[in-house]
Amino acid sequence: MSQAQAQAQAQATEGHQQHPLSIYLWIWVLLFVLSAFSYMVDFFHLEGMLRWTLILLFMTLKAGFIVAIFMHMAWERLALKLAILMPPLCLLVLIGFMAIEGDYTFITRGTAFLR
Amino acid sequence: MAHDAQVAALPPLKEVVADFAADKQAFQVPWGKAMMWIFLLSDTFIFSCFLTAYMNVRMSTMVDWPNPSQVFALHMFGQDIPMVLIAIMTFVLITSSGTMALAVNYGYRRDRRRTVLFLCATAALGATFVGMQVFEWTKLIMEGVRPWENPWGAAQFGSSFFMITGFHGCHVTAGVIYLLITAKRVSSGFYDRKGSYETVEVAGLYWHFVDLVWVFIFAFFYLW
Repeated sequence: MSQAQAQAQAQATEGHQQHPLSIYLWIWVLLFVLSAFSYMVDFFHLEGMLRWTLILLFMTLKAGFIVAIFMHMAWERLALKLAILMPPLCLLVLIGFMAIEGDYTFITRGTAFLR
Repeated sequence: MAHDAQVAALPPLKEVVADFAADKQAFQVPWGKAMMWIFLLSDTFIFSCFLTAYMNVRMSTMVDWPNPSQVFALHMFGQDIPMVLIAIMTFVLITSSGTMALAVNYGYRRDRRRTVLFLCATAALGATFVGMQVFEWTKLIMEGVRPWENPWGAAQFGSSFFMITGFHGCHVTAGVIYLLITAKRVSSGFYDRKGSYETVEVAGLYWHFVDLVWVFIFAFFYLW
């Protein structure tokens, strides 16, 4: 393990990201399969909670594999990982606020325009 | 170099502190890569704002949202196939991500011919994607979708659609140009003279990001 670590660090300090081709091909296949699964969600008209859960699951897996393997984030140092992957968490606040605001607008429109 | 070895042996969190704490280079990567990541971070915020705005208008409208499964259906082989064009576009973009990963890999192996080949294949797939998007836009515009109205339901559908897919399409178009310039430089031996193929990896980061954004657009706009 320490040897693998040392290797990874040597690669990182050199700025090199050389990995076996097979890992890219596997991830490629996996992305195809996951995309096919997400398409199936629509094709078989899954509805409600099941639909949303599956969409989010496949989306997260695909995004994770692209960032980790294709964009080499898995082999970068923790400083870069934190600097790039932490700030987007602020977006959860924005999404939360906008969801509350959207709900409020909906209710307001309901009381103002419908009777 | 002895200093680097010392830093490398620290446990993860202490490593972060050590990397940030001194008056020295924080990110142990070429500056082009660090800057591309920071640019992509800012782009993440732009696309997130669009998608959040879309969520907001979709939640607040009193009228039913048009059913994407039907809106994006194509009449083929005598029947309506839901979202077939979007599915093909998704597969084209994933394929291009795969060829891009191979281009980066062959670049680091100093295999110039294959690097150029895969970069051009990636650019061609990107151009195919944009072409299909043009077809999709044309079809929807002919059917009467405008940023302010559409025949099927909530008016906000059109503005969200054109804003989000249009901005993404611009990114793909810019990416195709970026990849072609990179391919030209690889074939002229520019990176051999420079002694590093990192620029190909940095171009790859941008391209994979374009694919990444599509994953979210596909999930939230087309499937939800």
